[in-house]
Amino acid sequence: MSIQDAPLQHNHPDSLPPALEKTIVKSWKAPIAYGIFSIIAILLFVAFGREGVSGFRLSTDSDFVQIPTIEAPTRATGIVLTVLLLALAAYSAFLVSRNRPVRLWITVVFAILFLVAFLTWAAAGATIPVPGLLVGAVGLSVPLVFGALGGVISERVGVVNVAIEGQLLAGAFVSAVVASVTGQAVLGLISAMAAGVLVSFVLAAFSIKYFVDQVIVGVVLNVLVTGLTSFLYSQVLTKNTDLLNNSATIRLPRLPIPGLSEIPILGPVLFRQTIIVYILYIAVAVVFFALFKTRWGLRLRAVGEHPQAADTVGINVARTRFWNVSLAGAIAGLGGAYFTMGSVGSFNKEMTAGAGFIALAAVIFGRWDPIRATLAALLFGFASNLQSVLSIIGSPVPSEFMLMLPYLVTIFAVAGVVGRVRGPAAAGKPYIKS
Amino acid sequence: MKLELRGITKRFGALTANDHIDLTIEPGEIHCLLGENGAGKSTLMNVLYGLYKAEEGDILLDDVVQHFAGPGDAMAAGIGMVHQHFMLIPVFTVAENVMLGHEQTNAAGVLDLGAAREKVREISERFGFHVDPDALVDDLPVGVQQRVEIIKALSRDAKVLVFDEPTAVLTPQETDELMVIMRQLKAAGTSIVFITHKLREVREVADRITVIRLGKVVGEASPTATNAELASLMVGRAVELTVHKDPATPGADAFVVSNLSVVDPHGQLVVNDVSFDVRAGEILAIAGVQGNGQTELTEAIMGLQQRVRGEITLDGKSIRGLSVKQVLAAGIGFVPEDRKEDGLVGEFTIAENLMLDRSDGPPFVKAGTLQLNYLKEFAEQKSKEFDVRSQGITTPVGRLSGGNQQKVVLARELSRELRLFMAAQPTRGIDVGSIEFVHKRIVATRDSGIPVIVVSTELDEVVALADRIAVMYRGTIVGIVPGDTPRDVLGLMMAGEVPDSVTSPPEGAAA
Repeated sequence: MSIQDAPLQHNHPDSLPPALEKTIVKSWKAPIAYGIFSIIAILLFVAFGREGVSGFRLSTDSDFVQIPTIEAPTRATGIVLTVLLLALAAYSAFLVSRNRPVRLWITVVFAILFLVAFLTWAAAGATIPVPGLLVGAVGLSVPLVFGALGGVISERVGVVNVAIEGQLLAGAFVSAVVASVTGQAVLGLISAMAAGVLVSFVLAAFSIKYFVDQVIVGVVLNVLVTGLTSFLYSQVLTKNTDLLNNSATIRLPRLPIPGLSEIPILGPVLFRQTIIVYILYIAVAVVFFALFKTRWGLRLRAVGEHPQAADTVGINVARTRFWNVSLAGAIAGLGGAYFTMGSVGSFNKEMTAGAGFIALAAVIFGRWDPIRATLAALLFGFASNLQSVLSIIGSPVPSEFMLMLPYLVTIFAVAGVVGRVRGPAAAGKPYIKS
Repeated sequence: MKLELRGITKRFGALTANDHIDLTIEPGEIHCLLGENGAGKSTLMNVLYGLYKAEEGDILLDDVVQHFAGPGDAMAAGIGMVHQHFMLIPVFTVAENVMLGHEQTNAAGVLDLGAAREKVREISERFGFHVDPDALVDDLPVGVQQRVEIIKALSRDAKVLVFDEPTAVLTPQETDELMVIMRQLKAAGTSIVFITHKLREVREVADRITVIRLGKVVGEASPTATNAELASLMVGRAVELTVHKDPATPGADAFVVSNLSVVDPHGQLVVNDVSFDVRAGEILAIAGVQGNGQTELTEAIMGLQQRVRGEITLDGKSIRGLSVKQVLAAGIGFVPEDRKEDGLVGEFTIAENLMLDRSDGPPFVKAGTLQLNYLKEFAEQKSKEFDVRSQGITTPVGRLSGGNQQKVVLARELSRELRLFMAAQPTRGIDVGSIEFVHKRIVATRDSGIPVIVVSTELDEVVALADRIAVMYRGTIVGIVPGDTPRDVLGLMMAGEVPDSVTSPPEGAAA
């Protein structure tokens, strides 16, 4: 993998060739960020803490194993968690003052503690259905993960894929129509992939063959697909909903996996899903493995990092880019099918609602790595779903605020809170042979 | 394997880069292709390697005509190339780079890294390369990266190996080692094409020499020819290989750098506690292999670096922490090392480039308006003075040759009143005629009593110009030595060693 943690230990001058001296520049970014969040925690959870009892329901009614609902006194829990947050912030400041690195686990623990404290505060006098929260999060994440996988492949091969949004939307539209008309789910899924590939063809043709700026082509494609599907929806689909946009034939059934689906909490979240979600699990694993362990992946990454070097060892750069961008489109198109076949059941105007851009953010946040990008997409999906759950249980947080969360997280990520973000060296650059 | 090029012609638009070139490389010989920058050597080799398609001519291997559609075909036919800019993926390991393009996989389609590692080890051992197959290429020194390139070619059973300007990035010691490797390869039966413009290397290692000028073969020479003979063949006229300069008459310390350190964005100390001084009327050359902190040092002086510690004074006044504009106003003229990136705006005309850093007031701008008449007069005069060869002052600078571009930069920087002149890689990639001109102007600037800093990775240039030489290695100055210091001593210093003869840097001891 391309990501390395810079070693910060002192070099032994006698055992190594004289290396460039590494000055340890104290970076107070992490302690300052923790400090700000700790202050928010003090204000929100302690000073303006809410009274009452917060409940967390961990099982659904249909579960085989029933876990009792956890109840916690809101203010006391808030105080305890806030103290823990302050301790972590102080610990990180201590580490920095001693020139030691602030490891990722501290950020992870801090984030989880803050989240639990926040949920406790928000759920005062109410009960949060945890499985429902997570199931919804996975549901919202599925298209994001597909989109992010497409983005990772496309950018790793050197083509910036801004058109994920268009690929998702095209996949959603075409799969709905095909599944509705034929009544065949498989045809719907295949046609969704074909639709994504078609969008990719345009992107690939313009950016690889004609060297048009990839970002501009991507943006134009998004606008084109949005306009086209909206036009066809209002002019064609709405006039014959029974035939062309019939949710009864479009929606896929949930297929619980025997055994696995009975695991407490995880079962209902991960293993009572539609076929698309199971395909997703396989896709993430396959893309990760193939990208780093197979000839296809090696060549793909070579083309995205240093196309000329790939060319000089006999790899056809244009062809490699063209087909992998197409593959990326197929994966994103499948994600689009989830909107119609996997969740809503029918096509609506602009129903992707910016998911493609959040997927793009997940690619960057995930540092162009399939697994990390998947986790980032899950995080964004969770943030989106948290917003709707909180508004259902009547929490005081404005839902618009929660909607900002994925974008805020991305800005922090890109600004370097999680470390230097470096993409494939040749992404976005056309390869022009003289 | 015998390689023959017959009547190769390659055109780029109106420019004929290769004009009916004939070349024969016998099996097991080291054949040097000598020519100036822009003579068409690299173009010819890219044609041979299948990267370019020639308009006319044939490539024959063992008397069989070849048709290469791309580098893959050339490699399959047994031609390997060590490129001037290494064709290595920095984020891959050595083994991954070597296997790329002809990967072995096991039954499940998984890359067989073990086989690639074994291949690297085997070739590495055969030639004594000491290359770790699992090292990340980015972490390797350039000399080792070059060996990876050689391993890459040999792992595909290359019978003809082309080295394109291989010594440009090497220390003198690494260059010597490369010569040894070339001889080893030759002994193993590999034919070698060695492209260079450095005369010394040619004479040391070549069996035969073909000289190319302006896209044509102008003759063959034997390795016993003198430098002067080779140079005149290469340039087309007699060339002065030495720069005429009188002994320096240095005045007082004018420019003093003390304990300067620069930290780059990765937190690395790229310039480490550097101290030196330049006196009025002397040339201090900063020698060293590319990437040892010279770039950051010049940028720190110009105010282009963010995290700088230490002190920089010009005529007793501190200029550290000033903005670039203030530094320029203090009287520093600067020729950046990458003229296309930092020195010029390619789309702008010669005239516009000549006033780039003086757009904030008279005489070029009055009441917010460009004084076009004045600019025209100024540009014409400077073009003449600095011998800029173009179709006129309205020609975009990007269309000029490298030498003429550099003259434009020089003209701009030297037409202000200067208190310090600093030139980084002033003759990189320019023709011999322009090199002579640039060197003359640098010496003339010194003679007018201005302190001059020349940063160069070319030892020839350092030795030709310097009154004193500071050698940089890994961000520090290894030592400051007189301008007549022998090359082998400088070579050792460029590799970080301080020879016994240079015990303490003779501060202020001008040659």
